[in-house]
Amino acid sequence: MARGVLRAAAATLLALTVLCGVAYPVVVTATARLCFAWQADGSLIRARDGRVIGSAWVGQPFRARGYFWGRPSAVAGDARTSGGRNLGPRNPALIAAVTTRVAAMREADPAHRAPVPVDLVTASASGLDPDISPAAARYQAPRVAEARGLSVLQVEQLIDDHVEARVLGVLGEPRVNVLRLNLALDALGAGPR
Amino acid sequence: MTAIGVLQLGLWATVLTLLAWPLGAYMARVYRGEAKVAARVLGPIERAVYRFAGVRADEDMSWRRYATALLAFNVGGLVLVYLLQRLQGALPGNPESLPAVAPPVAWNTAVSFASNTNWQAYGGETTMSQLVAALGLTVQNFVSAATGMAVLVALARGFARRRAHGIGSFWVDLTRSTLYVLLPLALVLAPLLVSQGVPQTTAGHHVAAMLDVTAAPDGDAPAQVIAVGPVASQVAIKQLGTNGGGYYNANSAHPLENPTPLSNFLEALAILLIPAATCIAFGRLVVARRQGVALLATMWLLFVPFVALTLWQEQRGNPALDAAGADQTATSAQAGGNMEGKEVRHGIAASALWATATTAASNGSVNSMHDSYTPLGGLGPLALIGLGEVAFGGVGSGLYGLMLFAIVAVFLAGLMVGRTPELLGKKIEVREMKMASWGLVVPHLATLAGLALACVTAEGVAAVANPGPHGFSEALYGFASAANNNGSAFAGLDAAGPFYATALGVCMFVGRYWVILPVLAIAGALARKQAVPPSAGTLPTDGPMFVALLAGTVVLIGALTLLPALALGPIAEHLLP
Repeated sequence: MARGVLRAAAATLLALTVLCGVAYPVVVTATARLCFAWQADGSLIRARDGRVIGSAWVGQPFRARGYFWGRPSAVAGDARTSGGRNLGPRNPALIAAVTTRVAAMREADPAHRAPVPVDLVTASASGLDPDISPAAARYQAPRVAEARGLSVLQVEQLIDDHVEARVLGVLGEPRVNVLRLNLALDALGAGPR
Repeated sequence: MTAIGVLQLGLWATVLTLLAWPLGAYMARVYRGEAKVAARVLGPIERAVYRFAGVRADEDMSWRRYATALLAFNVGGLVLVYLLQRLQGALPGNPESLPAVAPPVAWNTAVSFASNTNWQAYGGETTMSQLVAALGLTVQNFVSAATGMAVLVALARGFARRRAHGIGSFWVDLTRSTLYVLLPLALVLAPLLVSQGVPQTTAGHHVAAMLDVTAAPDGDAPAQVIAVGPVASQVAIKQLGTNGGGYYNANSAHPLENPTPLSNFLEALAILLIPAATCIAFGRLVVARRQGVALLATMWLLFVPFVALTLWQEQRGNPALDAAGADQTATSAQAGGNMEGKEVRHGIAASALWATATTAASNGSVNSMHDSYTPLGGLGPLALIGLGEVAFGGVGSGLYGLMLFAIVAVFLAGLMVGRTPELLGKKIEVREMKMASWGLVVPHLATLAGLALACVTAEGVAAVANPGPHGFSEALYGFASAANNNGSAFAGLDAAGPFYATALGVCMFVGRYWVILPVLAIAGALARKQAVPPSAGTLPTDGPMFVALLAGTVVLIGALTLLPALALGPIAEHLLP
């Protein structure tokens, strides 16, 4: 009996491996390629000359004053890996990090004294969050406008054009994709200074 | 709790229930061999599997033989996953040339995926080749879930049969669960996820030129490497099979694993879909449909208070961040609240909902980092794991776990009125009580023993990332997650070292199979019994009173074992000045 069970176990495992480990991913890959080729490849955004300049879903690091900045990242925007900082709510390291980031936001725009929208000074879960909240984008508008020689109104209009609302008014949160927003800024013509 | 939180919870619960009902009815037909339409397509494949394996579809196994077959199959899978990882460097399908995985992590991962836990002591995109992910991990995602469903079906037969020797065939239950339930659902979900932006390709990585060249790390070229691969196929089944093992390290928080609010909604539905449907299927298999509804109601009753707690606490935010100069108020322009370790597109509501659903369901995938939750916000997920993964729980395993509690509940009720307890027309006697106690006590024992060991060893203490009670919570969460086969983590814990990799592996093994064996023993014992006709003194087990009694039993046993540990962790952290 023991040998019969072992043989059945090994053979069933092999058969299900072929079905679930080979046939299933092959069918899904083929379907994806046929119906959603762009998404299946990673939703790549390309420049006019075809160079890949990012993925629509992967947050890119920005540091120049004339670009909108994304969320703090535990992996410094390196998309080879991913993850959060995993600091507990009362960890002194968390408080110190948030304090430093608030100070950096104020230093970049000394006239702006309001509290900083929380998503701009807390690390995201993935380290690759592509979005910021509309509040976080508007907070940065005066700095970006000044660095690019645009009016604040122009920049705020651009932000409003890029706000994605909740799906069906219920799911998710209003958000702005930072890479797309910055690409739109560059398209306005006035380069970052 | 915010209005948007209530709305999202309501929409999700409604759609979930509407889908679970027909799915449960279909599953009951599948296990009875009455799913005629599906069998026209899948029947030939099913029979080919039996022919190839040399098994008879009509075999009726004793519970011992059923358990032997189950263990042989699971150990076989465990060995295969271990060998694939150890030989990774020499095998094809490895475009990034990743080396062999170290033995403790390979053992941990093999147990983890075979036992439907999917604890990940490694970062997916930097550790596992595409071949290992497909042949090892994805396959176990299917068959470990199917194993749990098989055990539940065997238990249902134990209740339904009279004076019978067998509880069905493991090979048939396993194959049907995979072929008729898991594969079709995954084949629907995976392309939907691709449509939202989850990659599905055999290519390796893309290199993107960065827009802001000044933001490149010092000395590095201004380029961003974007990891892609066969992501959607793995994500679909890890959500449906309450597995939870992600393609990327950040799991479903990674924007390529879960890019949009809609993908998040679909993945969150998939977490609880089959666990909810098994209640309906079980009710039909034991020919007591109202029983299935009562079990589902019990699960919701246990689940909702914890969602409410976590939503409320996370939206309140972290007072220390206000003091540091952050604005945490919820407005139309931002979600506000405690955003550390959360993604903007999910905000507070979708993160808190997922965190509680994934821990209620022994799924263990995450779309936010639980380690950074507020103390009481993080208590919700931790407590749901600690209750034993029965408020929904894993596919199959959640409901057979809840049935162990049901046996204890009718026993308690029987003591109160001085009658022999009965459940679904079967007398509950010494053997059933003994086995139920084993199944309930052993995972708790593994949790607390492992935690105690971690607290007194140098390596156990060194691996925690946060100071104070929060560090204790990290270790507690880790062992509870492993012993109850959840797989999520307070991820600051460095679990890749030999101590945690080995100890958590043991907990996962014990927490899975030392529950399955007692459940199968109970199924065998029940099947042999004659049915007792209900009398005036029989406690109805499908009404509100039993739902309350059962939920009370679950909370009581959970509180008795875990309250002291919870007091040292999240509760102490909350109360500290």
